[in-house]
Amino acid sequence: MDMKRDYYEDIELFSSGTVLFWSVAFLVFLFTLPLYIPSYNIYLFNIIMVHVILAVGLNILVGYTGQISLGHAGFFAIGAYGTALLMIHLHLPFLMALIIAGLISAFFGFIIGLPALRLEGPYLAIATLGFGLTIMHIIGHWDIFGGRMGISTPPLDLGLQNSPYSFVIEGDVKIYYLILVITVLMVVCARNLMRTRVGRAFVAIRDDDIAAEVMGVNLTIFKTMSFALSAFYAGVAGGLYGFVVSFFDPFTFNLILSIVFLVMVVVGGLGSILGAVMGATLITYLQFDLLKNVEELPYMGEILVQFSRKWLTVIGLANFGSVALGLIMLGIVIFEPLGMFGIWIRMKKYWKTWPF
Amino acid sequence: MAHFKVENLGISFGGIRAVDNVSFEVKKNSIFSIIGPNGSGKTTIFNMISGIYKPDSGRVVLEGEDMVGLRPDMIARKGIARTFQNIQLFGNATVMDNLMLGRHIHMKTGIIGGAFMWGKWSGTAREEVKNREIVEHIVDFLELQSVRDQFVSSLPYGKRKLVELGRALALEPKVLLLDEPSAGMNTEEKDDLRIWIKDIQEDYQVTILLIEHDMNMVMGISDRILAINQGVEIIEDVPSEVQKHPDVIAAYLGEEE
Repeated sequence: MDMKRDYYEDIELFSSGTVLFWSVAFLVFLFTLPLYIPSYNIYLFNIIMVHVILAVGLNILVGYTGQISLGHAGFFAIGAYGTALLMIHLHLPFLMALIIAGLISAFFGFIIGLPALRLEGPYLAIATLGFGLTIMHIIGHWDIFGGRMGISTPPLDLGLQNSPYSFVIEGDVKIYYLILVITVLMVVCARNLMRTRVGRAFVAIRDDDIAAEVMGVNLTIFKTMSFALSAFYAGVAGGLYGFVVSFFDPFTFNLILSIVFLVMVVVGGLGSILGAVMGATLITYLQFDLLKNVEELPYMGEILVQFSRKWLTVIGLANFGSVALGLIMLGIVIFEPLGMFGIWIRMKKYWKTWPF
Repeated sequence: MAHFKVENLGISFGGIRAVDNVSFEVKKNSIFSIIGPNGSGKTTIFNMISGIYKPDSGRVVLEGEDMVGLRPDMIARKGIARTFQNIQLFGNATVMDNLMLGRHIHMKTGIIGGAFMWGKWSGTAREEVKNREIVEHIVDFLELQSVRDQFVSSLPYGKRKLVELGRALALEPKVLLLDEPSAGMNTEEKDDLRIWIKDIQEDYQVTILLIEHDMNMVMGISDRILAINQGVEIIEDVPSEVQKHPDVIAAYLGEEE
């Protein structure tokens, strides 16, 4: 146990020198990553970071505040379409469009938060699920959103479009750096927020809302705030996602996506920022790399393809990913309810007390 | 003007009149106990005072201000804090975080301030540290040092009771409602608690309303006692008088045939 001399040391971002060292080392690693790995993998990392932002936001809602959302693909879509359309039609600079789209998404989060004041558990799940599907269909039927054909994102311009101040970013590597900065910023902000007054109020609502209210927490404000904040994160993630994939249509943001987001948070660890980061990374990697190439696995691959053809879908492996994610989630819920974060904590404890 | 008073408070659940026309006044900085058999409506009175139930009739007045109709969080802001009979803490947070939640109404940090807490000299960090200092005094006072960073769900029952008391104290209330604070404690812990309640009254200048079944404790520390049975007041007087009242004895021990 190290000595503390100051109350501030209790709330420091880096609780010790070791943590600071490894955080800096990890950041340096991330900033030099494009030097070591091929370009396709950079694309994968971009998707991972987008999902990290979203999972951190979703964890604020699900893990910290204890509300459920099966409609986060809807907020994700609002962010993606909002950013792209603001840039196409109003010619806003990227960051401004991103923030405005995030705020629009947050506004919708606030609206969804209002019924959540009275709905709990399965009822809230159904309400949010309905929201996600509604957004998907409204976008699909409205021409300004490009309809079912989807839209392509404009060039990623950080400055004023079509002017001397234009500053266009192209290529996965440059987008990688942009997303990395935003991701680090948003993760650190979430971490700060969860350790201060607002975060404590969220946790209080999750653990015992009556006691929270009796202690002076305004449930209306903090529940809707949690929804809005979570939706803001989802919106920003969506805005970035649009430029990573550069083309999307309404069915990108389907129900399965909402569920995959939830899987990330549960697998990573409810109520932990680090957990959300780990969960998003693992699940995105599985989805975009491992499960896509499952045929190539030695021995197992062939058997799985056969199995999938026979029982899951005629075209082979399309559904296998969802089944695998479902199984992973089941396993986590049964064996390690705290998710990867729980495993991490146990590992740390083990090494701290090693060899005892 | 009385510091805190309850006038003609009443509530019905369906056809049952749970509390009927209960009135009492509490002097500033005194200990006022409510006793009565199980189901007589003691906790219901607390729930009405703290805003969890809305009374059908009557007023709850703190320093001349009517509390009836306000939401629980607004009542907390007015300076009424409480503990619960069956401990309602935030189990998956540390003792320190639970106590810090008691400071919620005294802090201002919102989303932006919280998210951008950069470094020691930011406003958020300074507010946080200032409030942590106040909470540390409560930790010292209730002797919770050894468990301050533990999760509440891992604590034994007696400690949890203290954490809940500390959380209510951290709110710096004018009126503190304690709902059976000694339930489930052993004799030694009860003796400590008795001293603490006395200390709270003196050091923190708090008016205390107490629901308690332990008669030694009630008779020992209360300035005045209200005895109720089936939602109706039997007597409200100093301990020695309440003890002698035939209806109180009947309600507790049953009548002689």
